[in-house]
Amino acid sequence: MSADLFDLGFLEAADALAKKAVSSEELTSALLDRSEKLEPALNSLTWFSREAARAEARAADAARAAGDKRPFLGVPIAIKDLLNVKGQPCTAGSNILKGYVAPYDATVIARLRAAGCVFVSRTNTDEFAMGGSTETSAYGTTRNPWDVSRVPGGSSGGSAAAVAARLAPAALASDTGGSIRQPAAFCGVTGFKPTYGRVSRYGCTAFASSLDQVGPIARSVEDAAAVYQVIAGLDPHDSTTSPRPVGDGLPEVRAAKDLKGLKLGLPKEYFVEGLDPEVEKLTRAAVEQCRALGAEIVDVDLPHSQYGIACYYILAPAEASANLARYDGVRYGFRAESEDLLEMYEKTRAQGFGAEVKRRVILGTYVLSSGFHDAYYLRAQKVRTLIRGDFEKAFARCDAILGPVTPTAAFRVGEKSADPVQMYLGDIFTVNVNLAGICGLSVPCGFTPNGLPAGLHVVGPAFEEARILKIGAAYQHATDWHRKHPKI
Amino acid sequence: MNDFIPSIGLEVHVQLKTRTKMFCACPAHTEGEPNTAVCPVCLGLPGALPVMNREAIRKTVKVGLMIGSRISLRSTFDRKNYFYPDMAKNYQITQQAAPLCIGGAVEIEVEGKKKTIRVNHIHQEEDVAKSTHMENSTEIDFSRAGTPLMELVTEPDMSSPDEAIAFLTALKEMLIYAGISDCNLEMGHVRCDVNSSVRPAGTDKLGVKSELKNMNTFKGIHRALEYELDRQMETLRKNGSLAQETRRWDDIAGITLPMRSKEYAHDYRYFPEPDLPPVVLDTATVEAWRAELPELPAAKRARFVAEYGLPEYDAGVLTADKAISEYFEAGAKKSGNFKAVSNWVMGELLRALGEKGQGIADAKISPEALAELIALVDAKTINMPAAKEVFQTLFENGGNPMAIVKEKGLAQVSDAGAIDGFAGQAIAANPKVADEFRAGKEAALMFLVGQVMKLSRGKANPQLAAEALRQKLQA
Amino acid sequence: MAMKFSENADRMDVRYVAGLARMALSDKEETQLQGQLDDILAFVGELKKLDVSGVAPTDDASGTLNAWREDEPATGLAREAALANAPLARHGQFVVPKVIE
Ligand SMILES: [Zn+2]
Repeated sequence: MSADLFDLGFLEAADALAKKAVSSEELTSALLDRSEKLEPALNSLTWFSREAARAEARAADAARAAGDKRPFLGVPIAIKDLLNVKGQPCTAGSNILKGYVAPYDATVIARLRAAGCVFVSRTNTDEFAMGGSTETSAYGTTRNPWDVSRVPGGSSGGSAAAVAARLAPAALASDTGGSIRQPAAFCGVTGFKPTYGRVSRYGCTAFASSLDQVGPIARSVEDAAAVYQVIAGLDPHDSTTSPRPVGDGLPEVRAAKDLKGLKLGLPKEYFVEGLDPEVEKLTRAAVEQCRALGAEIVDVDLPHSQYGIACYYILAPAEASANLARYDGVRYGFRAESEDLLEMYEKTRAQGFGAEVKRRVILGTYVLSSGFHDAYYLRAQKVRTLIRGDFEKAFARCDAILGPVTPTAAFRVGEKSADPVQMYLGDIFTVNVNLAGICGLSVPCGFTPNGLPAGLHVVGPAFEEARILKIGAAYQHATDWHRKHPKI
Repeated sequence: MNDFIPSIGLEVHVQLKTRTKMFCACPAHTEGEPNTAVCPVCLGLPGALPVMNREAIRKTVKVGLMIGSRISLRSTFDRKNYFYPDMAKNYQITQQAAPLCIGGAVEIEVEGKKKTIRVNHIHQEEDVAKSTHMENSTEIDFSRAGTPLMELVTEPDMSSPDEAIAFLTALKEMLIYAGISDCNLEMGHVRCDVNSSVRPAGTDKLGVKSELKNMNTFKGIHRALEYELDRQMETLRKNGSLAQETRRWDDIAGITLPMRSKEYAHDYRYFPEPDLPPVVLDTATVEAWRAELPELPAAKRARFVAEYGLPEYDAGVLTADKAISEYFEAGAKKSGNFKAVSNWVMGELLRALGEKGQGIADAKISPEALAELIALVDAKTINMPAAKEVFQTLFENGGNPMAIVKEKGLAQVSDAGAIDGFAGQAIAANPKVADEFRAGKEAALMFLVGQVMKLSRGKANPQLAAEALRQKLQA
Repeated sequence: MAMKFSENADRMDVRYVAGLARMALSDKEETQLQGQLDDILAFVGELKKLDVSGVAPTDDASGTLNAWREDEPATGLAREAALANAPLARHGQFVVPKVIE
């Protein structure tokens, strides 16, 4: 047992609790103490309640004393402030949901609750998950634990920073265009975006419904796989979840030690102008590591890759413009004082939404509007088909694709906020995975000379989560980048 | 006067009779306190997602099958974006690109003339919440929000208010018949948008149309159309011009008025609903649903005439209500005396139900009992007045007709000796009348039969009584 | 990586579109958004260079079919829970300023 309880990962915590080496209350308290200490510098959390968390922890301890043997009983987890937990606030990083208390559990929350987890804190997010730096949150910018002058990435920057700073063993997050994988790469932790349809979106505040997917951010691939196993699978409340069985891949993931017999594809489109040389170097070294572990590295083509961001920045805002229409001050959330209904709508939404949300809602409204729908929205949907086709062809030649997660390491706070297009370009390697609806994993693969982490992107075909988790686990078995902690 | 030809098209919204809402498991059609049948989905809470109600899809497809639509084997849902406080998400989930049913037609008949009204399509959607407008505010109840709706859109094939009402009546009859909807207009089960235009006689191009929104009584639609067509024709006759616009019917004033123009033009920004996968049907499922369809009123009317030899009039009355037609058929199958069953159902039964304000389901007399009652009359076991008495008992309490006859001692006296006796008494007591008959006044016999009936306290078989009297008087 | 902006991008009527989305914009916001949205539209306009003739749109991301529900009622939210987050409620109903037809 390590000296500090907050050092425990998700599975380690589960083991320690099972052996009664520690109680959930002790573990939860240690995390809350640390959160109180570090939050002034990090701002990775939007909400936590000592009383609520300790009450849940004590209940878990009492259940264990009464013979409850659920594997994750009493294990604390942080939740992105986009997922509804009954009785807790759920702000989506927006003023428009200030004061809103969720009256129901998201399906993923209900499943974690059933598995015994304790919801220890809520993590900061770009407003409605729109952003790549957690700077658009109405609750302030989250800082990168490796360098607090830098962003943690986004939109799940709070979850990534909290896991990196060891405020929670693991966190739930969501990924619409890279929002799990990019902050995981920036913060040196493991982030996993499952296949679209693998994990229920019910209760996850929607950004772009055809792209959103819930997944874990954790200290290791094993931990991420453990959380994934709990939350994945068909949900009668989400019509887009797949009936395909999830299977129990965790033992195989934990046992993965090499990559023999696997063909891993390297798309030349991912190693082009714009990719930071230091990040490229780390990515290439990770690819060599995979080769050393027995994988055969093959070249693949993803010829429409360069159109991914444009496609994404039409489709995601279009869907968002409808998804965010419900924030109107009628049933919940913020309402601006007004005389008539129209004024109420216009003032509520003007005052309740931040600049990035307004930008995307207006963009999304425009690309769907009469006269422009075909030129933008419909065309982007066709391009989406081409991008999906690229991956189908590539996966005929390889088992998974490797590449960088981000073109650069974490940038400085404020560095890109004035130029939306430059910010959007940071999603270049991640958005196509969402557009294709497939699964992707970000694993730490080293540090730039500035001491900033970088991530290796492992992308797999639809519903081949177990395969890419095994690849990531084998990589982590051979490396210890994921064991490095920021000095904070 | 026929210088202009009207064209009327309808968009009919019908609440489907399902237990739950279209996209959530909240109970539909509740009448409780406001906001008691609600959940995260129909309140549009953050993160809530829709899940299709299979029964609603099945019911809409069945409507398509009844009117001969082409059923889409792959149909999709779309989001229709507009802000209104009765629409929780500020978009309605509806079908725009690929609706469930395409085409179809409904036959109507106005003043003996048959006409076919073409249907453009039928799509599936969700109802909005109920708004109550107060002086300075509006109160909203989401219990109704999300009730399954089908929207049937016709071609502009109707050319008079009467035809529009005939269409709606035929549609309503069909929907009630097949159990698709209760079509209770007071409850708002059926709401119509009414499009109308007029064009000069002898021209083909449709005129500028106006749309009357959210009409919910047939009478209102008829009056509004009469007014609106007149208004359009008068405007054109005076060389005025018409604007394509949405108008509102003021039922009290009896006029239509342009809706206050909206601050923003409508731009619904339809796009495919990403939360719902397509509805994919196979032909076996569609055929199984077709097999569940009831026989429709028009077909049933024709069959009643052919199969039971009923007059058109009887067939029309009996088939106007599905339950009554089924009652008739059950009785007819048991009885064999089809016309008698028809007479009893149309006469005594409907009268008794009407008096009590009941439906056929409430009647305690089973069709089998009615058939048995008719058999007793046919076998001359009881006469008509007695049969009516038995019917009343059966209607109120149910039971077995023969048992009631015995219990009340209503069986006809057919015993020749007894009737002979009564006949003798009647002649003896009325010698003058007897003489009149003997003198050739045939009608006098009826008086004497009446006397025999009186003496027998109504139980004598009147035909036997007449025979006995005739014998005695002619002897 | 295509990062060039095309010269002849569509120019959006930002105030009109914000109105469709029911958001009041200050003049300053409008000016700023106009510039940014012009840039973004120029950027996403890159898609116009692609030949997409004969390509079917991806209108169903999930690939699942007929995820429907049987017609069985389930318990939803209690009225108090439904109204708990309401900015204004009265008579068990949500209340908004008068709707003008
Ligand atoms: Zn509901």
